[in-house]
Amino acid sequence: MADGRIQIRQRTGLRLWLSALWLGVLVLAAVLAPWMSPQDPLAQDLFLGRLPPFWEQGAEPGFFLGTDSLGRDVLSRILHGGRVALVVALVAGTLTCVIGATLGLLAGFLRGWVDVAISRLIDIWMAFPPVLFSILLIAVIGPGLSSIIIAIVVIDWTRFARVVRAEAMTQGAMDYVASAQVAGRTRLSTMVVEILPNVLPTIVVLFTLEMGIAVIVEAILSFVNLSISTDDPTWGGMIAEGRTSIHQAWWVIVFPLITLFLTVLSFSQLGEGLKDRYDPVLR
Amino acid sequence: MQIFRTFLLRLLTTAITLLGVAVIVFVVIRVVPGNPIAMMLPPGATEADIASLTALYGLDKPIFQQLLIWGGGVLHGDLGTSITTRQPVLALVLGRLPATLELSAMALVIAILLGGAAALTGTKARGTRLEAGIDVANGMALSVPDFLWGLVLMLVFGVFWPVFHISGRVTPSLDLPFSTNFYLFESLLRLRFDLWADIVSHMFMPAVALAIPLAAIIGQLLKQSLKETMHLDYVTLARTKGYGETHVITREALPNAILPTLTLVGVQFTFLIGGTVIIERLFSYEGLGNMAIDAVINRDLPLIQGIVLLFAAIFTGVNLVVDLTYAALNPKLRHG
Repeated sequence: MADGRIQIRQRTGLRLWLSALWLGVLVLAAVLAPWMSPQDPLAQDLFLGRLPPFWEQGAEPGFFLGTDSLGRDVLSRILHGGRVALVVALVAGTLTCVIGATLGLLAGFLRGWVDVAISRLIDIWMAFPPVLFSILLIAVIGPGLSSIIIAIVVIDWTRFARVVRAEAMTQGAMDYVASAQVAGRTRLSTMVVEILPNVLPTIVVLFTLEMGIAVIVEAILSFVNLSISTDDPTWGGMIAEGRTSIHQAWWVIVFPLITLFLTVLSFSQLGEGLKDRYDPVLR
Repeated sequence: MQIFRTFLLRLLTTAITLLGVAVIVFVVIRVVPGNPIAMMLPPGATEADIASLTALYGLDKPIFQQLLIWGGGVLHGDLGTSITTRQPVLALVLGRLPATLELSAMALVIAILLGGAAALTGTKARGTRLEAGIDVANGMALSVPDFLWGLVLMLVFGVFWPVFHISGRVTPSLDLPFSTNFYLFESLLRLRFDLWADIVSHMFMPAVALAIPLAAIIGQLLKQSLKETMHLDYVTLARTKGYGETHVITREALPNAILPTLTLVGVQFTFLIGGTVIIERLFSYEGLGNMAIDAVINRDLPLIQGIVLLFAAIFTGVNLVVDLTYAALNPKLRHG
């Protein structure tokens, strides 16, 4: 029995480290992209169109992972696309977390009409197909980096609100909350000082998972061509572009797809690993 | 009597939710900048042209009045007229609905089969490497969304080893004798197995992509419930009676372990339906979701409204059915 537990521990440990390693490499690559990229990610050269990656016949030196149909370097575009993905993950993740968790905390702790209003809102939100909703929002507020972030926040706040609300409700019924009230804390300060720290592990896990979701939403929106301008490199945009020449130049779609896949997997595994380690609630 | 009251209450909240969705969609797509009418007309159109067309679609009235007119129409089954195709929205939407329903249903079946197989195999192989392998696969399947699985499948089984079609719903050159849009179903009824095979070959990858995350959830939860059930006395009794492990798992443990999974499948099924939007786009499958994205890109307001409302109705409908089934099956809630 004890052996089994250690084994599980080690497995989650490995999972955590591998995910963290990949994300670390990604952050580094994104920060250093302007200096690391072998080529200008926007430079087009039709004479260099659809060059294969370096190990295939007909590859050109300097275009390590080949080029797309306009002759743009795939590797440089992946590196620059990483900047967009990480900015979206970080900013959208944080905003979603703050707004969703605040609403959830208010609903779960204050109860009464606040809870009724917020819960009803969550119900209505859950009735929208999320992908369709995000596409609709982008069409409405126009494409661009900030629009993507707004769309993610508007759609995904319910993820935090639902879980945090339920958790705040459980915590609110505990003795320590009652004693804090007896000791003369106001409701607001009870919520922030007593409840919030106890819900925090749950919030951190959800935040990690949300960053992965933000990356995928950005990719989906650029895939349907509603992200930032079509010239600027994004992973989803590269995948969309690769989809059109999938039979002629597989590398245009395969490399950004692998990057996106590993990134989404890492965020998710990191979140799950943190959950197994630190969060008694979600586990 | 209690169950009747629960039923009425749930029906009422469902109606309120749908009303909320309708109002939000209606207002959101109208307060935004960008005049869809101006986009419809050629660049040389005069102010008068724009004004007359705006009036034709009722877009010159105050938002509240537009909402009432649209709402009244919806109650009579009139969802308005599509701006891009100039056809009734209801007909367009109902024409595409069967494609999406068939895709979702096929995905659900695949998810149940895959997830069920994973759970049963995992339970039978408790404590072995095989179980650990299934757990890892489950974790991966759960971490990556349907969109990415779709792309991976498309590359592997559509490009590198082309065994399935990667776009469309049916090979365009085929002659279709169908009188409904339920191609998959109707081809079976008409015993046209050649067409059926072609349709399945188009649907298979999008359906599997949609199914993978749900299969992982089913696999995980069902295995957990099975494991708990396997420790109960009656299961031990069956074992001492001399039944084999497979019999004990499928005949004794499974019926008792399946209820929580069933409830979850209902809820998760709505996520699967939501996923059809992007998966249909990816595989150029002519369903509701693909039409929705086109409608958004073309700013076809009446069509967007109709599709979102239909999706919302399906979502809340599925949730309603799940809740009521659960209430009917669970004696604790019935006498609540």
